Amino acid sequence: MELRAENVSRRFFRNSGQANYFYAVKDAALLLTSGSLTEITGRSGSGKSTLLNILAGLLEPTEGRVFLDRVDLYSMADGPRSELRSRCIGVVPQGQTGLHSLTVLENVKLPCLLYGEKLSDASALELLEKVGIADLKDVYPNELSGGEMRRLAIARALVKKPAILLADEPTGDLDDENTQKILRLLRQEADEGTAVLLVTHEREAAAYADRLYRMDGGILAEASAQ
Amino acid sequence: MRFASTLALKNIKRKPGRSVIMILLAAFLAFSIFAGSLVVLSLRNGLASYEARLGADVVVVPYEAQTKGALESILLQGIPGYFYMDESAMEKIRGMEGVEIATPQFYLASAKAGCCSVALQLIGFDPETDFTIQPWIQESYSGTVGYGDVIVGNHVSLPLNHSLTFYNQELRVVAQLDETGTGLDNAVYASMDTVRDVIKNAESLGFRYLGKVSADKAISSVMVKVADGYSTEAVMNDINVHVRKVEATQSKSMISSIAAGLSNVSRIITLLTVMIWILAIVILAVVFVLIANERKKEFAILRIVGASRQMLSRMLLTESALISAVGSVLGVGLAALVAFPFTDLIRTRLNLPYLLPDAGTVAALVLGALLASVLAGSLSSAVSARKLSRNDAGLVLREGA
Repeated sequence: MELRAENVSRRFFRNSGQANYFYAVKDAALLLTSGSLTEITGRSGSGKSTLLNILAGLLEPTEGRVFLDRVDLYSMADGPRSELRSRCIGVVPQGQTGLHSLTVLENVKLPCLLYGEKLSDASALELLEKVGIADLKDVYPNELSGGEMRRLAIARALVKKPAILLADEPTGDLDDENTQKILRLLRQEADEGTAVLLVTHEREAAAYADRLYRMDGGILAEASAQ
Repeated sequence: MRFASTLALKNIKRKPGRSVIMILLAAFLAFSIFAGSLVVLSLRNGLASYEARLGADVVVVPYEAQTKGALESILLQGIPGYFYMDESAMEKIRGMEGVEIATPQFYLASAKAGCCSVALQLIGFDPETDFTIQPWIQESYSGTVGYGDVIVGNHVSLPLNHSLTFYNQELRVVAQLDETGTGLDNAVYASMDTVRDVIKNAESLGFRYLGKVSADKAISSVMVKVADGYSTEAVMNDINVHVRKVEATQSKSMISSIAAGLSNVSRIITLLTVMIWILAIVILAVVFVLIANERKKEFAILRIVGASRQMLSRMLLTESALISAVGSVLGVGLAALVAFPFTDLIRTRLNLPYLLPDAGTVAALVLGALLASVLAGSLSSAVSARKLSRNDAGLVLREGA
């Protein structure tokens, strides 16, 4: 399975008026293929997360198209597109993203609950083991540290074994040891056939990537390959 | 759907403070709707019952009774009244054109003395001519009311075949009447023969209620049924002009003065209920908007893991429906606890006929109050649900990161 962005742009209007706008992403083209890990780096505000949200089917581009295999994501209605995202795309968003009414284990199983899919506790626990927070399975997110919350988000994104994984700063708030652990896990996912996109500031992440991109002022450009 | 209910329940459980406030709001709303509707319906019911029990087209009483409003006091509140006239007035009325039936009634209150076992209003009627009390008696008693027998009103707590003493005269309870929601529920009913002997006993005990009127000829009121084809007003005027020292009143006008009072009370209660309903929707909507801001991130996370906008709306609506349902049950239950045991107090305070509706109507009211409250909860959350589900998940998470 592949995810392809064709000349996507996203324009935002500033509060001061319709005539005053800027491009968070401008004419970006990107191809994520099965078995590859693609990394995008860039300064804060360069448009990386906006592009990731466009690729996830969460933010409609003002220009351009996004295809999941042959399906134009934004030609679909919200319901089917959401269902497709749930089935094929795992997203690790920025920030602290645990639902406070659910335990860590329930948070990980949340994507399955949405569409009534069965998932054993053992499978969810296995994922928590991989990210190193299995002992926190019954804890609520308000008791987790920033790093633990990031790992929860990663486990949740992987729970349905998605064909595409989009990770936005997955190693933010993590110490060096856990950063390496997560980067190895993402590499392993790619090696097992997932198309992985990693948006990060981490310098050492480049060592795990097949392709490197850099984003600056909304412009995406390929950087030197490993 | 399982997702919506599971998450809604968990949200309610994990935010007890927020949930309790919203449940209390829903309870307040359901309480006001149920209690308000119950009072309005009971007043309407009471008026219909009062109208049915009055039965006559024209009511004739001694002039002094009318000026004191004594008849209405007896009928509405069960306040004892003593006013009498000679039955010759009734004979005269019977002979008048347009009068189909004229039947006497006699009112006598028991004394607070050893001669009387309980404090009650005794109403005497003539079984031969009565057309107002007997149809009512027949609803609960198929036998005849013989000499010494009494039928007791619904609020008189005396068992059947129990004896009671009225001015040293033994009377036997043979039946109990259905409730009317008026002062008639506090009275006992006997034939004119029985009542006349009771009044003679009272006189012999030194109670002088009748003034110059002879006990054998004393009556308190005349209930008149107007013949078909005649105007009630014309018959009433005729009686007032041709029969001395009496005041004839159209029962319609007695009803209309009560109906006006009832209409005012009903209007106020209905207005209050509608205002509370709107206010509760506004308050709930504001609460939902505040909560919505707090929950923007939660909704963004759900969008990211694959929830559609429709699923999010459904979840919020389920949550508000659950909260409203719990609150409504609480509110209706509380209203029932206040409204039913304090029926007599409400009736006394309102000073209007007040008769609770039957069980079926009460059940419909309960259902209506529950639905109205749940609907208010759903309506007030609908706007927030729509707004929340349209937020841009990526941007929300970046703002809150």
